[in-house]
Amino acid sequence: MAITSIKNLKEFSTANDRFEGAHLLCPGCAHSMIVRELMNCTDDNLVIATNTGCLEVSTAVYPYTSWDTSWIHIGFENAATAASGAEAMYKARKRKGTLKNPDAPVKFVAFGGDGSTYDIGFQWLSGAVERGHDFTYICLDNEVYANTGGQRSSSTPIGASSTTAPAGRVSYGKKENKKDMMAIMAANGAHYVAQVAPNKWKNMAQAFQKALATEGPCYINAISACTTEWKFDAKDTIHISDLATDSLVFPLYEIVGGHELNITYRPKNIIPVCDYLGAQGRFRHLFKPENEHVLVEWQKRVDANWERLQRREEARV
Amino acid sequence: MSIGNVLGNDKRGRIELGAEKKVGWDEVTHGVVLHSFEDDATDVSSRKAEDRNYAQFSSYVATVASWRVIKPVYNRDICIDCQNCWIYCPDTSIISRDKQMLGIDYDHCKGCGVCVEVCPTNPKSLLMFAEAHNPEDALASWPEKKKKEEK
Ligand SMILES: Cc1ncc(C[n+]2csc(CCOP(=O)(O)OP(=O)(O)O)c2C)c(N)n1
Ligand code: SF4
Ligand code: SF4
Ligand code: SF4
Ligand SMILES: [Mg+2]
Repeated sequence: MAITSIKNLKEFSTANDRFEGAHLLCPGCAHSMIVRELMNCTDDNLVIATNTGCLEVSTAVYPYTSWDTSWIHIGFENAATAASGAEAMYKARKRKGTLKNPDAPVKFVAFGGDGSTYDIGFQWLSGAVERGHDFTYICLDNEVYANTGGQRSSSTPIGASSTTAPAGRVSYGKKENKKDMMAIMAANGAHYVAQVAPNKWKNMAQAFQKALATEGPCYINAISACTTEWKFDAKDTIHISDLATDSLVFPLYEIVGGHELNITYRPKNIIPVCDYLGAQGRFRHLFKPENEHVLVEWQKRVDANWERLQRREEARV
Repeated sequence: MSIGNVLGNDKRGRIELGAEKKVGWDEVTHGVVLHSFEDDATDVSSRKAEDRNYAQFSSYVATVASWRVIKPVYNRDICIDCQNCWIYCPDTSIISRDKQMLGIDYDHCKGCGVCVEVCPTNPKSLLMFAEAHNPEDALASWPEKKKKEEK
């Protein structure tokens, strides 16, 4: 059936899955929850570009593909490049009248990890957004280079232990703050920018549908809890995501037209940041007495960010 | 070996650059393409898995059942068809049709246990058991409804 507006979960469950099982992502991986939902919230044809990372290497292991749509695998830095190139070609062929099926609705989507989005593919993403291609870029943000064994990226948060910024006797892990891709993409000229999390499935579906319906470049930062690198039990992916959104470590909001900021989810009970950090092995060392100052700083930073977002929302600028 | 022999045997200089057949940017040969379906796939978003003609390249025809050490067992008697398990399953392994939960696709389920965690009924309508556990025994030993204070 046509999925236009998703009223409730029962109705949504009538969607016909286009992301197949027997991919090789870890049990409980949030990447696939996000990808499945994107593909379920539209009936349009999809052209999806995915660069190297857990999603790509696990969903196209020769001789199998898990994708029931047009799907392009491309090098690490080029998800945005492939999607924008396909979009430009599609437009040109439409103009020339050489498309087989010119009236079929088609959407262009790129998936990249945080390593490729925040770091290595940053310049190419920025270029594709600046050129104004009609596509949606979705970052599967698990805050680490997961596929190569857990190196820190510029999305890795303060205090997380990673293989290239490990916690130990002299260090509490990463010292630098997570890069603010939402602000960067809004400033870069993305027409619609949103932060989403799979536990808030309706919020996420609405953001996906808005992005797909918006003409021009859109950016979605999707929080993707990683059981392997964040170090929690595979069954707890949704629980950890709940802690992330309800502690406001990952506030859910959108930025429309580069400036209009709307908070799209307000937790009824805001929980302490420590509840979120304490549930994951990558932050375990922060609970040693000598690292208490890091926990104090974390809560202050999250509070200040929430205050900032609320003021931006109020100011309507 | 003389130089003449070497040059005589190799293929250098045979093709004049610029003399190849030119192809336009929209005629370039495809790289490797794996087709998910045997037939035309343009209406795939309006077809259920059972009405699709999957090709041998779709991972739908493969299985990851051997990954499991524990498996979810489904108890229809308690289920309220809320579809929480459907939306959160990372392996497209909850079979829902016409807003009803029908069961688990054990070819694709990896036994992560997410579906059990998100099931809201009391007792749960999905519970994890050892892979070798007999489903009838599992259903026969299903826990009773928990009272508030025991939760
Ligand atoms: C140019 C280039 N550099 C490095 C690599 C090796 N590489 C493959 S996947 C990967 C990590 C991907 O991390 P991320 O983008 O965060 O995706 P994730 O696996 O975490 O989903 C790296 C470094 C590569 N394939 N190409
Ligand atoms: S390492 Fe993390 S992101 Fe990669 S497949 Fe496993 S759970 Fe998913
Ligand atoms: S155990 Fe995991 S993979 Fe299996 S049905 Fe439940 S959520 Fe899906
Ligand atoms: S989550 Fe539980 S109650 Fe809801 S549909 Fe699944 S099995 Fe039934
Ligand atoms: Mg990553």
